Amino acid sequence: MTSGTVGVLALQGDVPEHTEVAASIVGPDHVRPVRTPKDLAAVDAVLLPGGESTTLSRLLDHAALREPLLERTRHGLPIMATCAGLILLARELEPSPHGRDPQTLGVLDVKVRRNDYGRQVDSFETKLEVEGLGKDVPAAFIRAPRILSVGPGVRVLARVREDPVLVREGHLWGLTFHPEVTGDPRLHRYFLTESGVLRP
Amino acid sequence: MVDLPAFVTGTDRLKRGFARMQQGGVIMDVTTPEQAEIAEEAGAVAVMALERVPADIRAAGGVARMADPVKVRSIMDRVSVPVMAKCRIGHTAEARVLESLGVDMVDESEVLTPADPFHHVDKRAFSVPFVCGARNLGEALRRIHEGAAMMRTKGEAGTGNVVEAVRHIRQITDETATLQSMNTDQLLQYAEKERVPVELVREVRTLKRLPVVNFAAGGIATPADAALCRMLGVDGIFVGSGIFKAQDPGKTARAIVEASLHYDDPELLARVSGGLGEPMKGVEISTLAPAALLQARESVLRPTP
Repeated sequence: MTSGTVGVLALQGDVPEHTEVAASIVGPDHVRPVRTPKDLAAVDAVLLPGGESTTLSRLLDHAALREPLLERTRHGLPIMATCAGLILLARELEPSPHGRDPQTLGVLDVKVRRNDYGRQVDSFETKLEVEGLGKDVPAAFIRAPRILSVGPGVRVLARVREDPVLVREGHLWGLTFHPEVTGDPRLHRYFLTESGVLRP
Repeated sequence: MVDLPAFVTGTDRLKRGFARMQQGGVIMDVTTPEQAEIAEEAGAVAVMALERVPADIRAAGGVARMADPVKVRSIMDRVSVPVMAKCRIGHTAEARVLESLGVDMVDESEVLTPADPFHHVDKRAFSVPFVCGARNLGEALRRIHEGAAMMRTKGEAGTGNVVEAVRHIRQITDETATLQSMNTDQLLQYAEKERVPVELVREVRTLKRLPVVNFAAGGIATPADAALCRMLGVDGIFVGSGIFKAQDPGKTARAIVEASLHYDDPELLARVSGGLGEPMKGVEISTLAPAALLQARESVLRPTP
């Protein structure tokens, strides 16, 4: 196996968990934190962690990463975005009843509502059937957003009941759950293989 | 027969996972919906809904209790970031009230007046995750064994003096390092002395850290205080009185958020630390009577001789 370099957006959130899973797949030398435009220029794919989307959105601006990230996304940078990360990518947010909504990058053609499965006590674990990967993929939904609708170019790779929970639009992958806290590296491996970052 | 996937809630993974999403961030004490908005706007990853900030609890004296549920709910209705609230040590009923309100995490806190002299809340019996304070590794492990999904240092709340938080961070780090050199007998002795399962001690030895995230709390008043704690290895920051006792709360809050994230960038720290006006006044710890130290509050069931 050979591998390109995987970046983990390291502003806020469960950065160590994504870093650990990625390192277990591609080796620690091929995983780097992304905190500056210079860091971003040096990676072949990016993992957007879970965290607080309002905080993450503000920090993207403070780190001057919003424009470089948009620019690289337009040129096909593979991104796997989990939970708050998905919110950052979304084309449209259904306004939250309380509080402020973050400014998204607007690149993944989905409409999302934040924290739509309830508060923390309603967070849940389940197993998913993921198209192209298999059954029994463990998934932790933590104050998860709900994907309300997807555009015509978006493939739904997994659902919970009727809701899309794992979607792919070309090089952009969006997940409403956290594969990085379950100890199962299959989804990260699937993304990195399909994106051509991990080569046989 | 259709094979429906099972849905489970309230697991350790979900509780600890929730806390992991807060990493790198700042959790701020607020006492009104307006303060909660200021905190959210400043980039807080969560807010702690309180009746009074610790400095005012100190000044007011008397028995400090869980916040009014109406107040907690009004704060939950105002912001989209997670809302936490404090219950008294061992006060299972207050914890149940907060869980039923739907707060995202309960802080079983020494800042409030302890309710049970012998026991902490059995946190495993709850769906809502808990955060607890600790001064040292043994105390942290006792709370984790009881089900805490997140730890924080106790520091000395309401003083605006970071020295006790630093003491507790260093204490836990040093004790964790000491485990590395212990043999099997010593690990067993340590576990027995601290009244925790040896498996938990072994887990900490393997991980070289606590199995849950650990934040700094208790006395953090400036951006540089937050950066110092982060340099010492904590995963994030709680700020209590430091924000809304400062002259310019919004600006101070933003600066502490920046400092927590960019703690290793002194130029940025210099920039965000400038022009904030007066921070909270602060208290020298040695001027406090022993009975006024909140950090000493831990409920322990002592074996009868």
